[in-house]
Amino acid sequence: MSAQDTLAPDTPVEETPAATGPNYREILYNGIWKNNPALVQLLGLCPLLAVTSTVVNAIGLGLATTVVLLGSNIAVSLIRNYVSEAVRLPAFVMIIASFTTCIELIMQAYTYELYQILGIFIPLIVTNCAILGRADAFASRNPVLPSAVDGLWMGVGFTIVLMLLGGMRELIGQGTLFADMHLLFGDMATSWKLTLFSDYPNVLFAILPPGAFIGLGILIAIKNYYDEKEKQRIAAEQAGQEKVSRRVRITD
Amino acid sequence: MALLRITSPHTHRAGQRTSWVMQMVILATVPGLLVQTWLFGYGTLINLVIAGITALVSEAIILKLRNRPIGFFLKDYSALLTAVLLALALPPTVPWWLTVTAVAFSVIFAKQVYGGLGNNPFNPAMVGYAICLVSFPVPMTQWIGASELIQAGMTPSFSDSLAAIFGTLPTIDSYTMATPLDAFKHKDGLMASEAFASVPGLQAASLSSWMWVNLAYLAGGLVLIALRIITWHTPVALLAGLALMSGIFYAIDPSNAATPLFHLTSGAAMLGAFFIATDPVSSCTSNRGKLVYGAGIGILVYVIRTWGGYPDGIAFGVLLMNFAAPLIDYYTQPRAYGHKKAKKGLTIGGEK
Repeated sequence: MSAQDTLAPDTPVEETPAATGPNYREILYNGIWKNNPALVQLLGLCPLLAVTSTVVNAIGLGLATTVVLLGSNIAVSLIRNYVSEAVRLPAFVMIIASFTTCIELIMQAYTYELYQILGIFIPLIVTNCAILGRADAFASRNPVLPSAVDGLWMGVGFTIVLMLLGGMRELIGQGTLFADMHLLFGDMATSWKLTLFSDYPNVLFAILPPGAFIGLGILIAIKNYYDEKEKQRIAAEQAGQEKVSRRVRITD
Repeated sequence: MALLRITSPHTHRAGQRTSWVMQMVILATVPGLLVQTWLFGYGTLINLVIAGITALVSEAIILKLRNRPIGFFLKDYSALLTAVLLALALPPTVPWWLTVTAVAFSVIFAKQVYGGLGNNPFNPAMVGYAICLVSFPVPMTQWIGASELIQAGMTPSFSDSLAAIFGTLPTIDSYTMATPLDAFKHKDGLMASEAFASVPGLQAASLSSWMWVNLAYLAGGLVLIALRIITWHTPVALLAGLALMSGIFYAIDPSNAATPLFHLTSGAAMLGAFFIATDPVSSCTSNRGKLVYGAGIGILVYVIRTWGGYPDGIAFGVLLMNFAAPLIDYYTQPRAYGHKKAKKGLTIGGEK
């Protein structure tokens, strides 16, 4: 499976650092916005839709995914010159599975309740296409440092979307924000819970998976709206420049 | 835009505008609305006002966002019809925010997101209804009881209905009672005859008030057929499917199943058959297709009422058959005049 198959046809896959060295700003921009794993590549939707019913679940899974993504990108990048084309996918999956097992054990040790809530979706990080996609599309073709940065920002981009979606669904579904944060951040976080509406009827629809689909759809629509506006702005700027140059030609 | 001018059997009432069709459907619900108001209090009327305002406002907002002409689309009355159908289907005591949620969801997500009138694959009113039924099961299954049977001894007054919708009316429980369908579903091991003798929701007064509501919708539906706004196929097939299923199971096991008459005259059977399933956009187009589509809904309604988790199944039955409508249409293409045999199904590898 290569990332190109899963990307939208007009989405440029950023590969191979330019001769001038890796462009870290570009990697950052790609991970958070332009090539965001959740909003643009639409990868890893299964955990994204299933566990984002509250902010704390979203942060928990987002952090776990980020750590796995960071680790697997570094490891894949380290072995990229020693693994033949034929066995690269099994090798990548092995690496990702090892990191996932690590994170699963860590969560079991330190955030046991959250581990129980997230349940099957922690081991399922292995099957998250976003991770394999980054390993194949970026880490296997780039040196260690750019790969690590790419893994980090892709993970952060994924986590941000998870948190937005979790916040939306928690707010609409239960009328609260940041409930149960002590599961992840210890007892001091118990007071973080914001109850925005008291006596709020639980909107089951937002908490159930269909609410996640609609929520993600809305987030993608908002992103596309801003992209479109940006495109128009750039087009308008270029049109303005052309006009100027034409006038110059006329005066010549 | 040709679709916007006439409703789908184009030979019927050709040239009539969408707005006329929608207005007639809204007017045809008036007998049902009046009977419902008479029997269950002013809640339905208040819901109607809330739903109407919400529908028009949310339609206008989305049309503005989509850069479409607002006045032109608001004047086709389709948003208002969705609001009317929802107001009739929702219980008379639901809180105002529930009505607003249902209507806004119907208009925005079930209709405008798909591209507006004529492009929605699902019946907008039933999408909104199903969302609320899944999200808020308790207020959605609380109905006003027949006045002879409830504690309060009368239908709620106008002020009590307002209080129930806009605030918390502490005595609302004295007005509400399980609907016949709900009561029959939860008869808890009683034989059917025992249940009809003892359970309050299944007393003659309760049954007859629901029968009057259904008869009023039947009258409105017959007017629609007489005006040739809808054809007879969908409603007849729906009611026949429901009657057949309930007849078979009543014949097999009369101690646990209800009579076909009970199923046809309780819940939203007639409202669903004549006003909801006949939505020209989301239902089948050919006459044979309409028969299959209606019968499918009728069977599903019986299945959901009897073995499903909810007391009534019109909303889910209609939505499920909306999924199937395009497929049914492929398999029931009518024979064009002068041609030998109709094409059936999808032709793979191009047209022949």
